[in-house]
Amino acid sequence: MAIFNLNINGTSKQVDVDPTTPMLWVLRDHLDLVGTKFGCGIAQCGACTIHLDGNAMRSCQLPVSAVADSKITTIEGLSEQGDHPVQQAWLEHDVPQCGYCQAGQIMSAAALLASNPNPSDTDIDNAMNGNICRCGTYTRIKAAIKTASQKL
Amino acid sequence: MTQSVDKLNRRSFLKVSALAGGGLLLSFNWLGGCNPKELEELGLPKEWFRLNGYIKIGENGLVTLMSPNPEGGQNVKTSMPMIVAEELDADWTKVVVEQAPLDTDNFTRQFIGGSQAIRMGWKALRTAGATARQLLIHAASQTWNVPASEITTEPGFLIHSASGKKAHFGEMASLAATLPVPEEVPLKEISEFKLIGKSHQNVEAKNIITGKPLFGIDYKKEGMQIAMIIHPPAHGMRLKSFDDSAARNLSGITDIFQIKSHQDDYERTFFDTTSFTDLVAVVGKSTWEVMNAKKAVQVEWEEFSTYDEKRDWNGRKENRTIPGGMESWEDQLAKMGVAAKKAKTLRKDGNPEAAFAEAAKVIEQTYRGPFLAHNCMEPMNFFAHVHDGKADCAGPLQKPELTEQALSSRLGIPIENIQIEMTRLGGGYGRRSYAHWLIEAAVISQKVNAPIKLIYSREDDMTGGIYRPMYQAIYRAALDKYNNLIGFHVNAGGLVEPPIYPDRFPAGAVENYWAEEWTVPSNITVGSFRAPRSNFIAAAEQSFLDEVAEAAGKDPIDFRLELLQKAKENPVGENNDYDPDRYAGVLELVKAKSNWGSTQAGISRGVSAYFCHNSYAAQVLDLKLENGQVQVEKVYNALDCGLLINPDSAKNLCEGSVVDGIGTAMFGELKFNQGLPDKRNFDQYRMIRMKEAPKEIETHFVESQVDPTGLGEPGYPPVFAALANALYQATGKRFYDQPFAKQLEG
Repeated sequence: MAIFNLNINGTSKQVDVDPTTPMLWVLRDHLDLVGTKFGCGIAQCGACTIHLDGNAMRSCQLPVSAVADSKITTIEGLSEQGDHPVQQAWLEHDVPQCGYCQAGQIMSAAALLASNPNPSDTDIDNAMNGNICRCGTYTRIKAAIKTASQKL
Repeated sequence: MTQSVDKLNRRSFLKVSALAGGGLLLSFNWLGGCNPKELEELGLPKEWFRLNGYIKIGENGLVTLMSPNPEGGQNVKTSMPMIVAEELDADWTKVVVEQAPLDTDNFTRQFIGGSQAIRMGWKALRTAGATARQLLIHAASQTWNVPASEITTEPGFLIHSASGKKAHFGEMASLAATLPVPEEVPLKEISEFKLIGKSHQNVEAKNIITGKPLFGIDYKKEGMQIAMIIHPPAHGMRLKSFDDSAARNLSGITDIFQIKSHQDDYERTFFDTTSFTDLVAVVGKSTWEVMNAKKAVQVEWEEFSTYDEKRDWNGRKENRTIPGGMESWEDQLAKMGVAAKKAKTLRKDGNPEAAFAEAAKVIEQTYRGPFLAHNCMEPMNFFAHVHDGKADCAGPLQKPELTEQALSSRLGIPIENIQIEMTRLGGGYGRRSYAHWLIEAAVISQKVNAPIKLIYSREDDMTGGIYRPMYQAIYRAALDKYNNLIGFHVNAGGLVEPPIYPDRFPAGAVENYWAEEWTVPSNITVGSFRAPRSNFIAAAEQSFLDEVAEAAGKDPIDFRLELLQKAKENPVGENNDYDPDRYAGVLELVKAKSNWGSTQAGISRGVSAYFCHNSYAAQVLDLKLENGQVQVEKVYNALDCGLLINPDSAKNLCEGSVVDGIGTAMFGELKFNQGLPDKRNFDQYRMIRMKEAPKEIETHFVESQVDPTGLGEPGYPPVFAALANALYQATGKRFYDQPFAKQLEG
């Protein structure tokens, strides 16, 4: 066990955990930030996507010991009021079905638009390729990303 | 129209369940609000008045509607309360929706299954709303001293026009809650609907997009520990012994022990299927610590011998023989070939043998579908706290009412001492009908005498059994010299269940018709999977009809419409399980909307249609083949589910069915080698991703005033064949075996 000081959603948090613990479980089990979801544990489904210094990252493969001073943003901290343009676009298109993957989808989409505000269809396909939606809401996700892109 | 108030709605007025208000789940967000801003301004009421099991009204006019059924993405948490609100004449902006707990006193059929929530709930939901509205009217009538018949409502308000009196529902709620329940209540005419038929946003949308703890896996309670199980790696094996010496003292681990989810002599009911009864349980403080300790437990497995399992299938008692042995795909395939020769006739019209003997042309093809894993994005999990002769449980579950009985039997705790809270499901697709993980969670909690949350890893989940059965269907069609379909024969079966519905189309449309089925026993467990049976048989049948239409030199839509015409005007046999007009209706609609018959350069089209779960669906799928890669350009979707409740949400569900169908048809497959599943996680089990989804999906509904039916399943089965038929147009090859990507790439 070791103590880690983390910068999460703009506030500093301290946890005492095994250094190999993936950020996914630090967030979920130790910090009660459960918006970041467990789906596969091997970075294949994207349900656990967070931002590490603004970049989309699968938190299930990110040991807490590797985070250091990097800034972590989770779905809970993407916006204060849940009104990030991507979140608003998700509401406008009423995207979710079961909803389980959507936090990860939103985090991937927000990271994409931060670096590429006007993505092409191929850009979107590539950026979102790591996020599985089992309910099949892909066409709405893509439409919502385009809507958000226009509002940025 | 008037509606008698049934026993359930009557009783629910008299009895306010102790569970009302959330109980165990108060920590969960309950404001599934329709318009959060307005709700914030209104604020929470000081007092709630319960008008029946579905409705509470606050003195300030805020209305809480209980959503009776579990929510797993079908959006019933919005559409079911919409129906109550419609008849109540509630102001939807002043409504909050609360998930009801399992409560058989106040609700019926708290189920996800068979696309039946709206169809079976329609009357009860309307009556609940209408009854409460009548009570409010009677309360206003007494308060204002005017005849009830002169009082009208507008959303959220009671009005007496003659005297100019007006009050919001909250002002009359306390009196209304004390009044006797009317015997009969008037229901609205469809033309009077204000909410039904108009799109309303998912009441949980805001909570989902901000990451609120809605799911079972998010559940947390003071003192809760994490538990995981270790199950055999292969089907055909069971636990022999284990050595936890390297795991027991690892950091955070509190206990490791063996559990038995069902006693050996337990008589299993329909949804008590489980692949592995004897398991090792690992309990500890955090998920990561438990995951690590799992790896350090040394487990010895052994093959089991053939045994019998006692079953009670809806009252029919049987001993089901579970064969021993380590099964492989090739053997399973060979066994299907043998079993197909000893099929049992389900239906025979006319003289099929003679028809085939005298046919000018006979077409015969064999279709196969592999085992499929459900792969819900939220891995199986459940919270349980068994203490003081009670069991408090919470989590995602499709059929809590049935599970409760199994749990009661296993724990020796009466049903009235079991509480099950229903959290949102991160997908179900049938997998969450089989609640062995809830039993496991409760048994573990009982043993450690503490609240625990059981979590499956993805590998535990994918290799744990209860798959879509492995299927095979042989179709034969006989055409006379004028290319009329004079004989139709299907012989189909599966490990462990057959896929046939003998009375469905084209039964009734062909003079000489024959349907036979068979099964092959196996120790691979199978179960419900989105549109059970239909998800395979529609693929086979609708691909075959495409081939038969071609052999007959007919357009595939016209060919189907001709058969449906015959089924309507001169039906063959009895009990034909479809309405030819409605079936033809979706075909006509998709034909018109897709501009069928037109051609586009580089685009290949396929069509398919099916009827299951009381709704009709047809699809035209357009694809392009570029460098051997399939790109689905557009799918035209036509559905008839009767009256539409929430159109945009209905569209979402139908779009999802298309994407899911394409993904499963292209990539879905699980095979066994010596009992070992060949896929354990998403690096091996290919799921459809955004770039493989259709670029566009256009969904149309037949306008209808027929009582509503469901959409969770009906749009799914036909997609497979629409894709297969389009692939044929693109490649000149028929696709008989799923998954199709293998044939394309091979």
